[in-house]
Amino acid sequence: MAEHLAAYRALLGAQARSQAAYRTSFVVDLVGNVGATVFDVVTVLVLFGVTRELGGFTLRETLVIVGLSSFAFATADLLVGNIERLPRYVRTGLFDAVLVRPLAALPQLLLMDLPLRKVSRAVFGLAVLVVAVGSAGIDWTPARAALVVVAPLAGVVFFGAVFVTTATVSFYWIDSGELANSVTYGGRDFTSYPVTVYGGWFRTLFAYGMGFAFVSYHPALALLGRADPLGLPAWVGWAAPGVAVLAAAVAGLAWRVGIRHYRSTGS
Amino acid sequence: MGSVTATVASPTGANVTRWFRTFSAIVASGFRRYATYRQATMAGAATNSVFGLLRYYIFLAAAGATGRVAGYDRAQLATFVWVGQGLLAVVLIWGWTELADRIRTGEVAADLLRPVHPVTSYLATDLGRAGFASLARLLPPVLIGLLFFDVYLPRRPATLPLFALSVLLAVVVCFGCRYLVNATAYWLQDVRGPLILWTLSSGVLAGLYFPLGFLPGWLEALLRYGTPFPSVLQIPLDVLVERDPAPMQLGLVGVQVGWAVALLVLCRLVQRRAERRLVVQGG
Repeated sequence: MAEHLAAYRALLGAQARSQAAYRTSFVVDLVGNVGATVFDVVTVLVLFGVTRELGGFTLRETLVIVGLSSFAFATADLLVGNIERLPRYVRTGLFDAVLVRPLAALPQLLLMDLPLRKVSRAVFGLAVLVVAVGSAGIDWTPARAALVVVAPLAGVVFFGAVFVTTATVSFYWIDSGELANSVTYGGRDFTSYPVTVYGGWFRTLFAYGMGFAFVSYHPALALLGRADPLGLPAWVGWAAPGVAVLAAAVAGLAWRVGIRHYRSTGS
Repeated sequence: MGSVTATVASPTGANVTRWFRTFSAIVASGFRRYATYRQATMAGAATNSVFGLLRYYIFLAAAGATGRVAGYDRAQLATFVWVGQGLLAVVLIWGWTELADRIRTGEVAADLLRPVHPVTSYLATDLGRAGFASLARLLPPVLIGLLFFDVYLPRRPATLPLFALSVLLAVVVCFGCRYLVNATAYWLQDVRGPLILWTLSSGVLAGLYFPLGFLPGWLEALLRYGTPFPSVLQIPLDVLVERDPAPMQLGLVGVQVGWAVALLVLCRLVQRRAERRLVVQGG
């Protein structure tokens, strides 16, 4: 185990050095990455410029949802988001090289190209969350104080699981391209707004079928002490972290099944 | 004889017919080339649908109980979103780095030896690509909108032809912007910076994340006349949903014509400057 850790640390160190070598590019990337998340928040502010409430939620309440979502997504993207490149590794045959090494495939893939430039985005997400929680007028109890720490971390685990699960599609369908994005980035956009905004089967599928309602919406309701306009009981907000554990289990299973199904493309 | 770069004046005797024939041959090959990526096209259409649904519900929520916001009613917002999702792929707002890659690898030297100006030949390829995309990528979201949502259908007879012209101009404007962003590779070794800047600003300023009408009036006007971004998405969509009276519709397309001409001229200027300093390694 100890020697494995040393190997992983060496991989990570090499990554950090190689990325910091091109300093201007690195700074440009840091700024560019934070820009994407800034615009997500700007979009919410612009929408509230033309309406006083969105799906029955005020700006302050919505910002708690936005903060939970952007911190969770950005941090998961930093830690696990690289798995997005799996289709390319499968197509070019690089994945074969990963498999023959005496280390587990998943951590190798993640460390081989850990995008340190995405740190800026995670930090900005955390700042939004802190400001939003601070200005929402939350009635603090010990339970809520615990939830405000656990819920964002559970969100990170959940989005991480989504990244891994969607990437395994490329074991079966190499050219799936943007399809994974519709669930990962689509999930990010979905969790940035109260689920009351959406309607019909689309809400059912994303919010409860895939579980995105438990990332930001239900924890935010519990923090704000609001009843769910859609009628779910109040304890759901506190149970949300459990969904992340479930999602991680599903992702682990999908990954193992996918690897077993993997046949080299032969290139 | 002089130098043999493509920007040197064409030999005498070249006539318009021949130029047009070459141009349409390149357009057709662009169409065929992009028609081969079938799986990616399907995956892309599915992705557009998910983001279409997301934006549709969010904009509708912004319209609230009155159902009207910034001059759009619910049906107009539906058309805006669904046609917008398709248009995104037609103008190819993101993900084009072909020119930058060829500059970096030196392959651009082959483009400069051809008897067609690089700006012209890349534009022709791009029009062919856009032609394929308007069948494969614009139609699916439009059909979804028509079948499952209460969309706004244009009422003035002139709107559809005007929309078609506006989309064509949007492709040219978007191409011009992408060409300029890519052409920075002649000066910079790493074009990631300009690319990131373009990706960020185009999404929000072209009207993809929210219709620019949601912004204060002066800011919308500043963006429309002062930057090319709204010409890429917002203007064609406003033309289609007839947000403004007919003369204003025509005026909007006029703004696009202005940007298209200005950007193509700028592309040629930049290309000429770049060829003076381009050094291709190896051989």
